[in-house]
Amino acid sequence: MHNIWTIANREYKLYFSSPVAYVVASAIYLLVGILFYLNLQFATIQSGYVPGVDAILGPLATLLLFLVPAITTRLLAEERRLGTIELLLTAPIKDWELVIGKWLGAFMLLLTIISLTIVYPLLLNQFVEPGIDQGPLVSGYLGLFLIVAAMVAIGVAISSLFSNQIAAFITTMFVLVFLWWIIGPIAQVIGPASGNSELLNYLDFQGHFFSNLLVGVLDLSDLVYYTSITVLALFLGTMSIEIRRWS
Amino acid sequence: MIRVEGLTKDFGNRRAIDDLTFDARKGEIVGFLGPNGAGKTTTMRILCGFMPPTSGKAVVAGHDVIGESLDVRKKVGYMPETVPLYPDMTVFDYLKFMADLRRLPEAETRVDEILEKLGLEDRADGYIGNLSKGMRQRVGLAQALVHSPEVLILDEPTIGLDPAQIIEVRNLIRELGREHTILLSTHILSEAQQVCNRVMIINKGRIVAEDTPELLQARLAGAKRVVVRVSGDSDGLDTAIQKVAGVTQVSKIEDGKIEFETEPGRDPSPEVARAVVEGGFSLMEFRPIGLSLEDIFLQLTRDEPAPLEMASEETILEDPELIN
Repeated sequence: MHNIWTIANREYKLYFSSPVAYVVASAIYLLVGILFYLNLQFATIQSGYVPGVDAILGPLATLLLFLVPAITTRLLAEERRLGTIELLLTAPIKDWELVIGKWLGAFMLLLTIISLTIVYPLLLNQFVEPGIDQGPLVSGYLGLFLIVAAMVAIGVAISSLFSNQIAAFITTMFVLVFLWWIIGPIAQVIGPASGNSELLNYLDFQGHFFSNLLVGVLDLSDLVYYTSITVLALFLGTMSIEIRRWS
Repeated sequence: MIRVEGLTKDFGNRRAIDDLTFDARKGEIVGFLGPNGAGKTTTMRILCGFMPPTSGKAVVAGHDVIGESLDVRKKVGYMPETVPLYPDMTVFDYLKFMADLRRLPEAETRVDEILEKLGLEDRADGYIGNLSKGMRQRVGLAQALVHSPEVLILDEPTIGLDPAQIIEVRNLIRELGREHTILLSTHILSEAQQVCNRVMIINKGRIVAEDTPELLQARLAGAKRVVVRVSGDSDGLDTAIQKVAGVTQVSKIEDGKIEFETEPGRDPSPEVARAVVEGGFSLMEFRPIGLSLEDIFLQLTRDEPAPLEMASEETILEDPELIN
């Protein structure tokens, strides 16, 4: 745990001395802020429309598809480019400690950035009568954190494959977009015919969030899904580092 | 401290190191000498637990590099050839990070000590990215030393430094050699000569010669080289020297300056000196320069497997001519 923390802590602190974290945070606050404002305006025009927490967390989750790769791409790719991976791999730490440490550092940063968006639901709570639904608020944020954990884990695993950050960035974004937007339609098109629709639907990255967590449904299978993706990605990342030692 | 037996590493079809066997005792500074691509870095990476060998065995500080990699890594300090550092960290933070990774108690005190030892105190709060090459090298060394390792592995520690810095780093290594077992690689021969207790010449993944720098030079350079300089007219000087028995090769360096080589084990210098004076030349300088380790190195690494034969210790010791 000590080693994981050492790695994570360095990573977390370093983000604040690089522009990437600020750019990502600004993008999130700006875009979510604009959407928040438009939702409020829309509610005044369209009687009967009451914006809920999903009006904020829904777009935010989609936005993270592009912003998480920006945060994770450097994690291991930069160590390879700088050659510092050699120091980490000759330090007395296990490969999985390195991978989890990297994951934790980036995860903590995104947690910090996302936590601040709680301001919008709290404001919303003041504007709507009789206040917003508490259930979706809690489960929505929980879902968002689980999604981020899985996205960051995928990002770390892919970052371990490259020494070029742009290649790592684009590959991560491709994988996330595929899980997010492509698996769902695939399930609808070929699912029924092949009899795999249940499996494919389960694999759909966004379904677990939008149809359950964001509307206040806490289902164990959704938590298991995101946790499994996280663990699997971290495992593959560790494998990739171990394999590269041998070659 | 370091014991290596039959170490072999393949990268695909290419054999980077081939059946290496050597050892380094406690307190020794052992130099790995060889051209680029000879397998020095690969060997060092295996010894510090970066990658496992394809076959063979290596024990470092009492632990097997494959089975007890983490124990080896705890006791080894390693400075890779490229001196990888994080440019966006300060010197202090970086060393603190490395100390924390090694779980040193009172890491900050230890970092302060090592900063002082390497003369980096006033750079502690500066960013690594702003340091000169020489300073970066020192930070790299500090990183390798922060946990007072039993074994220090330095890959080309003086590469890319200016002459003053090179001397500084060499002195530092010599000093460190009193407390640590050091394995360093270099392709600069004079460096190995100055710093190391023992030198291994490695070429194409094999050790082609191993000895103290002095003995290596002596045993491989039975032949001598002498510079002769005369003032005034030097026409016919080369032929006069060439005539002396025992002189193998005469080459004219410039007007009035000639170099000759002698047969191994035979020193015709007095005869040459006499021939020069009797030939009517005004002798200004008569200076044996010996074959440098440089020449030996080239001899050993230029040809294919031939040098292997002459590396056998017995023949050297039994053959007084080769020792001089």
